[in-house]
Amino acid sequence: MNQNIKISVEDLNLWYGEFQALKNITMAIPKNQVVACIGPSGCGKSTFLRTLNRMNDLIEGCRWDGLVTLDGADIQNAMDVTNLRTRVGMVFQKPNPFPMSIRDNVAYGPRMQGLRDKKKLEHIVEESLVRAALWDEVKDRLRKSALGLSGGQQQRLCIARAIAMEPEVILMDEPTSALDPIATQRIEDLMEELRRQYSIVIVTHSMHQAARISDQTAFFLLGELMEYGETRQLFEYPQKKETEDYIQGRFG
Amino acid sequence: MMRFISQQCRDNALWWVMALATVFILLTLVFIVAYVILQGAPGLTWTFLTSTDWRVGVWPMLLTTLYVVGVSLLVSLPIGIITAVFLNEYARNPKLKRTIRLAVETLAGIPSIIYGLFGLLVFCRILGLGQSILAGSLTLSIMILPVVITSTEEALKTVPRSFREGSLALGTTKIQTLWNVVLPSALPGIVTAVILAIGRVVGESAPVLLTVGIAKNVPRSVMDSGRTLTIHLYYLTKEAVEENAFQQAFATAAILVVFVIVLNSVTRAITRKYEKRIGSAA
Repeated sequence: MNQNIKISVEDLNLWYGEFQALKNITMAIPKNQVVACIGPSGCGKSTFLRTLNRMNDLIEGCRWDGLVTLDGADIQNAMDVTNLRTRVGMVFQKPNPFPMSIRDNVAYGPRMQGLRDKKKLEHIVEESLVRAALWDEVKDRLRKSALGLSGGQQQRLCIARAIAMEPEVILMDEPTSALDPIATQRIEDLMEELRRQYSIVIVTHSMHQAARISDQTAFFLLGELMEYGETRQLFEYPQKKETEDYIQGRFG
Repeated sequence: MMRFISQQCRDNALWWVMALATVFILLTLVFIVAYVILQGAPGLTWTFLTSTDWRVGVWPMLLTTLYVVGVSLLVSLPIGIITAVFLNEYARNPKLKRTIRLAVETLAGIPSIIYGLFGLLVFCRILGLGQSILAGSLTLSIMILPVVITSTEEALKTVPRSFREGSLALGTTKIQTLWNVVLPSALPGIVTAVILAIGRVVGESAPVLLTVGIAKNVPRSVMDSGRTLTIHLYYLTKEAVEENAFQQAFATAAILVVFVIVLNSVTRAITRKYEKRIGSAA
């Protein structure tokens, strides 16, 4: 097993009922890098992302086969789904803070794992908010509802909530698509920081975003992985015609 | 030009029809409430509320009503909420869900006197509870199950999917998600369900008459028979043995009307708060 590979995907096929959404995906996600998944709407990139923490299991009529491993361990058979999700965190397209205080939002995950020690929880809350670059803005109103925050702040809160679990991988499903350019910029800056500690897989609609923030880029088309490689390589010298067409904006 | 005028006329006519209908409803409400309260107010004294003598006051009936409401809720809330949670969060088989929903809707459509008959037979006779607060409460709790289940399910449906996903993605179990995120978010809706259920229990007469009975003394336990305010009101007007029975009937009615109005305002206030919260979450 390659030491630098965090998640390995082999021959992944996925169906929603009769519709095959992912076809024979094989790819490796390296440690401490940012992998961007790009492709036109409905190409399966979000579905692919949701396979990595088994969120697709919640969808009725969805089934998949193939081998996905986290540090060499089969995520379907060799570990509990809750355990998998504590190790592989997720940030969603629309900020989804819980209707509770900012503090409780961040402390939610660790609490559910059974952590009751108030001091430790306080420490985790502060630490996570600092790392999500939100601490200075919210430190005086930790007990206020998280729903009073702006969209960008809410999304950073969701990142803090994921970080509080000290995951190894963070999945981001178009995390900035609901945000304005300034909030987007802040999240992108934040990812620059986060990549040192986590492996990040991000789905994005914006090719510019992929080019700016990622080390590796995967191009999906109609449920297939068309091309996967170093971001600069893929954008400057695409190997396939379809990739070239897409990144030049000829369709999408 | 003619066409335009006739259309204008029709619009005007329609406006008047709607305005009249609205005014009619408002006037009816104002009339009923004002009439009952004005007639009842003079009788609404401290003695009337607290006297244990049925000829003078309604304390036994107030107590019976509270007992019946309390026990009915105690039985129907857990069953109803668990059923709603099962339907909305766990059941996957669409056929099963459809069957349960059909059963619930059918329950909701059964006339209340039939529940009374059923309660009289099963709880009072077969189970040997006799005419008692317990037998009546069990009967009523079955009757209000549909309200509890349907309202709770509606409340659960308004909890955004993103809350559930957000929680599960943090490695929590389904039960933890339900308990810590879904149910708290649905709580205002569940409270509304409770209030609607209370309203039905308080206003019900036929099944209560059959299962709780008409005893006029203060109930010592839930095994005693008793008389709810609604039943008391019925007897006061029907029998009118005491000379001031009619006055007392109106005072009793006033208590009921005030109770219903308060209940409605509380429901509305909670619903509004709830909608605001969901609105800012979206």
